[in-house]
Amino acid sequence: MKGLAVIVGRDLRLALRQSADAWLAVLFFVLTAALFPFGIGPEPNLLRLIAPGVIWVVALLAVLLSLERLFLADYEDGSLEQLLLSPLPLELAILGKVAAHWLTTGLPLIAAAPLLAVLFNMDLTGLGVLLLAMLLGTPVLSLIGAVGAALTLGARRGGVLIPLLVLPLYVPALIFGVGATEAALADLSARPNLLFLGALLLVMLLVTPLAAAAALRQALE
Amino acid sequence: MHRFANPARFTRIADRVLPFAGFGAVAALGIGFYLALFVAPADYQQGETVRIMYVHVPSAWMALFIYVAMAVASAAALIWRHPLADVAAKASSPIGAGFAFLTLVTGSLWGRPMWGTWWEWDGRLTSMLILFFLYLGHMALMHAFEDQQRGYRAAAVLALVGVINVPIIKFSVDWWATLHQPASVLRLDGPTIHSSMLWPLLITALGFKLYFVTLVLLRMKSELIAARLRALDLARLKAS
Repeated sequence: MKGLAVIVGRDLRLALRQSADAWLAVLFFVLTAALFPFGIGPEPNLLRLIAPGVIWVVALLAVLLSLERLFLADYEDGSLEQLLLSPLPLELAILGKVAAHWLTTGLPLIAAAPLLAVLFNMDLTGLGVLLLAMLLGTPVLSLIGAVGAALTLGARRGGVLIPLLVLPLYVPALIFGVGATEAALADLSARPNLLFLGALLLVMLLVTPLAAAAALRQALE
Repeated sequence: MHRFANPARFTRIADRVLPFAGFGAVAALGIGFYLALFVAPADYQQGETVRIMYVHVPSAWMALFIYVAMAVASAAALIWRHPLADVAAKASSPIGAGFAFLTLVTGSLWGRPMWGTWWEWDGRLTSMLILFFLYLGHMALMHAFEDQQRGYRAAAVLALVGVINVPIIKFSVDWWATLHQPASVLRLDGPTIHSSMLWPLLITALGFKLYFVTLVLLRMKSELIAARLRALDLARLKAS
């Protein structure tokens, strides 16, 4: 447990020293969403209708942006090999790195989501559920993303490959996340969607560290 | 199982199986398509367009079957380091992608007269589209490394992650939209499809499966020959 905390702390410190990266993801999130009114017109009712979907899709893309850096720097300067040699199981070390990644990308996105909800004229009664769904869903994005990042280490065109590998796997999180928000906006119960999202998080919490660890071991062979 | 890891022995067995699989595929597809196009009745609602089903449904089955087969081969490759399992997974994924693509195209052709649009975001077509993307990701990762062994390993891990996710994706997409007719062959209370339509369907499905076996064996053989050629080239370069 102590090793895990050390890894999270180290990655957070590194991220804070280059805080531009975290800001960049948030900036991308707001900026891309702001393009939609230009694309489809400023009609408030239409924007209100598509708000949950746009916020979620743009959040997926923003998370995608930062995935390549997840292991690449450690891979290049050799600290990943030290992690592999350390007594801490690699799976736990990966969980630590994913937690740090989520704290520096997922959490800022959640903090910025109310701004987008206002920009898109979303009914603010659904805001609580939107944030709760993002709280459950964005860790799933980081976890699956870690597998993609680990698999493409050392590949040609690794950065371009990650979206191709990861986006199809993001579909369930997107469906349940948007579903919860839309149910709340339609005065229905968001509970089933949120429960599925929670179940997805638990499954991914089990599966993805194993897969990412297998991928990292191959990359370092 | 490691008896078959020897490429020479594998090639001998493959050579013996290939004619049967090849002729079987041609025969089953010939009979199946004849029955499907000339003998089977037109549907009372869908008319002649129902005949697209005899290609569409077996391709969809194959696309799913090949992904599972690929995952099994990948597991064998990761657990036992079985060299031919890697080659089998590599040979399978483009064929699976082809079947997924065929499913999408025939689904779209069927949708035009039935739904009035080329593309409908209904549950099954959408999950097939995602499966197609999963295949493309597998193929891209397989070829993304200088070192083929690394490509094999990475693609095997991806196939296993994918096979865990396929049911989740399928469920979530069904949850998201259901406009398609419910399943009519694989049901607990027996098929609801009439036998005059079921038989041609099963025969073409068998033909597709044999076609897959033929293609995979041919592709595995050519992969082994290519590896041998590379080794010979290297040996010659070293000698000179």
